[in-house]
Amino acid sequence: MQRSSTVQPPADIGRKETGSGRRLSKDRIRKLLLGTRDRNGWIKLVVIYGLLICIGFIYVYPLLYMVSASFMSLDDLLDSSIQWIPSGLNLSNYRQAGVSMNYWNSLLQSFLIAGLPTLCTLVSCALTGYGLARYKFRGRGVIIGLIILTFVLPRQITMIPTYNMYANLGILNSIWSFIVPALVGQGLNAPIFIMIFWQFFRTVPQALVEAAKIDGAGHFKSFFRISLPSAAPAFITVALFSFVWYWNEFYLTQLYVHGVLVESSLTTLVIQLQNFNTNYSAYAQTAANGATNLNESIKMAGTLITVLPLMIIYFVLQRHFVESIDRTGITGE
Amino acid sequence: MTAYAKPRPKKENRIRVKRGPLEKKEARAGFLFVLPWIIGAAVFLVYPLIMSFWYALNNIRLTSEGMKFTFLLQGNFTQILLSDPDFLPELVDYLLSTVISVPVIVVFAMMIALMLNEKIRGKSFFRLIFFLPVIIVSGPILASLTEQNASSISVIDTQAVISAISTFLPPIVATPIASLFSNMVTILWYSGVPILIFLSALQKIDRSQYEAAYVDGASGWEMFWKITLPSLKPMILLNCIYTVVFVSSNDQNRLIGLIKNAMFSGTSEKGYGYASAMAWIYSLVVLILVGIFTLVFLGRKDRYEREAKKLDRKAKAERRNVLRIQRRQARHAKKFNRPTAR
Repeated sequence: MQRSSTVQPPADIGRKETGSGRRLSKDRIRKLLLGTRDRNGWIKLVVIYGLLICIGFIYVYPLLYMVSASFMSLDDLLDSSIQWIPSGLNLSNYRQAGVSMNYWNSLLQSFLIAGLPTLCTLVSCALTGYGLARYKFRGRGVIIGLIILTFVLPRQITMIPTYNMYANLGILNSIWSFIVPALVGQGLNAPIFIMIFWQFFRTVPQALVEAAKIDGAGHFKSFFRISLPSAAPAFITVALFSFVWYWNEFYLTQLYVHGVLVESSLTTLVIQLQNFNTNYSAYAQTAANGATNLNESIKMAGTLITVLPLMIIYFVLQRHFVESIDRTGITGE
Repeated sequence: MTAYAKPRPKKENRIRVKRGPLEKKEARAGFLFVLPWIIGAAVFLVYPLIMSFWYALNNIRLTSEGMKFTFLLQGNFTQILLSDPDFLPELVDYLLSTVISVPVIVVFAMMIALMLNEKIRGKSFFRLIFFLPVIIVSGPILASLTEQNASSISVIDTQAVISAISTFLPPIVATPIASLFSNMVTILWYSGVPILIFLSALQKIDRSQYEAAYVDGASGWEMFWKITLPSLKPMILLNCIYTVVFVSSNDQNRLIGLIKNAMFSGTSEKGYGYASAMAWIYSLVVLILVGIFTLVFLGRKDRYEREAKKLDRKAKAERRNVLRIQRRQARHAKKFNRPTAR
């Protein structure tokens, strides 16, 4: 009470003089509960915090469940008295899941399969975005329209001829089938990234570019020296999202890189997770070291170690993720 | 007479100026920057699009000498729509669940964004939580979580809700709603990026608008409807399209799995042609869906704009009326003045 009365908004001053003083008057209570112009009322705050915490819990519930279940031994799973906290730290689930997924190998390949196309996407989308933002030329509107169309159009429509084309070129079931389209701005979700770069390069002051031009900088020099250095936020955003989306992609990775009919040796963690049941049963049959039958805990452990690398990246770079959209100005100036 | 003399405002004729060498050079440089994308679009968009349309009209069989085409015209389409046991029900299911879940996701994202935009403590912590799903939303991971029943909220008795719904509503509506409830968490997980988009749009709304409204005595409720919501409208459209696209391309969508299966099924009537026809139908449905959302949120103009247009139209009609009267007067004057003029 004391604290709140010292920061009373000026609107209160007149009323205070007329009698209520510092005591708890009806008016003050009303103001504390319902709020004034400058501060939220307690009722509102309670509702907001309550909702945020409840929804936040619902949001992370599957993750909490996953973490909790992944540590449980078979006895814990069967024991109905154990709901959340396992009886002990049971790491064998992780060991078994990891071995059956061929974890370190898959992890490395995941990084390559997500990372290399991301680099290519960065280069091609930055160039395209810059060209659209900085120059006016005939057919620019058509190109922008096509970019929006490619965003909305499902990938399935071009999938089959593209698959054929890759097969003819001999790049099917190799990482090149991801790199080549990314190099020419047709990678996964490339339209979004082109839009981000486009929006961003539009905000680079034109005067700066003009000044560089007067000083004798050519088109490419002014791109590399003036626009690129200021576009770091856009690059970070695009790199993060592209990496995450490539990492999580299953449908196209399976089709182009891993292979459907003939499977290549290339695999990612997400693909390993999808094939977890068959992989694990193959492992459990051959392994002599007392592998248990597949159970919920092992599956959850496998899911968790699939998500874990991204989670670590997310928590290390959280600021960049969360502020990404603010800084790229995709919501307009 | 002044109104009569005033010429009608003509649409501005754009004067075509011949482009100078400098502008040509600029245009060429811009073209050069976009060239990689144009090549990419030609190879990976236009060519496959045409080919896939051609595929869709054919029955394709893979033989040892390559693909063997048999022209069918609409055969694939009729077969899919009339005799495929899976496709049409899945399509209807997809349509209903998308139409229901997209507004849920967008409204939910807006609510969260509005709450996060208030002056509260731990804002960055909440942002961290609500954005976390973006890095997890992946087909196999979601499938794995759904399989273990981790994707529904055990606190709420979803089963009771579902049974209550299915007693009141016909099954075609009840099923998607029931699936909405049983997959509540994963559906809400799609709202990560929309929350961020809404949040940054909210922060860009001019504070002085609220100040002005406050001075005029508007309540918070009124301010929300008259200031916040109209400012967010373009973002609502953006988020709707984003969500439709992401729900459609997610592996949880069984339709795209169906297309992939048809592509690699060894049977004689299915195969590349059949799958392409499926992909075309599916893509048209997605495009129509996006189109509908665009119409809903773009079609209705701003109220003030509408009002202004109405006034404008009224003024125009009045002016025309005045003109008519003047002309008539002139005519009459001519007629009656003729004898005296002679």
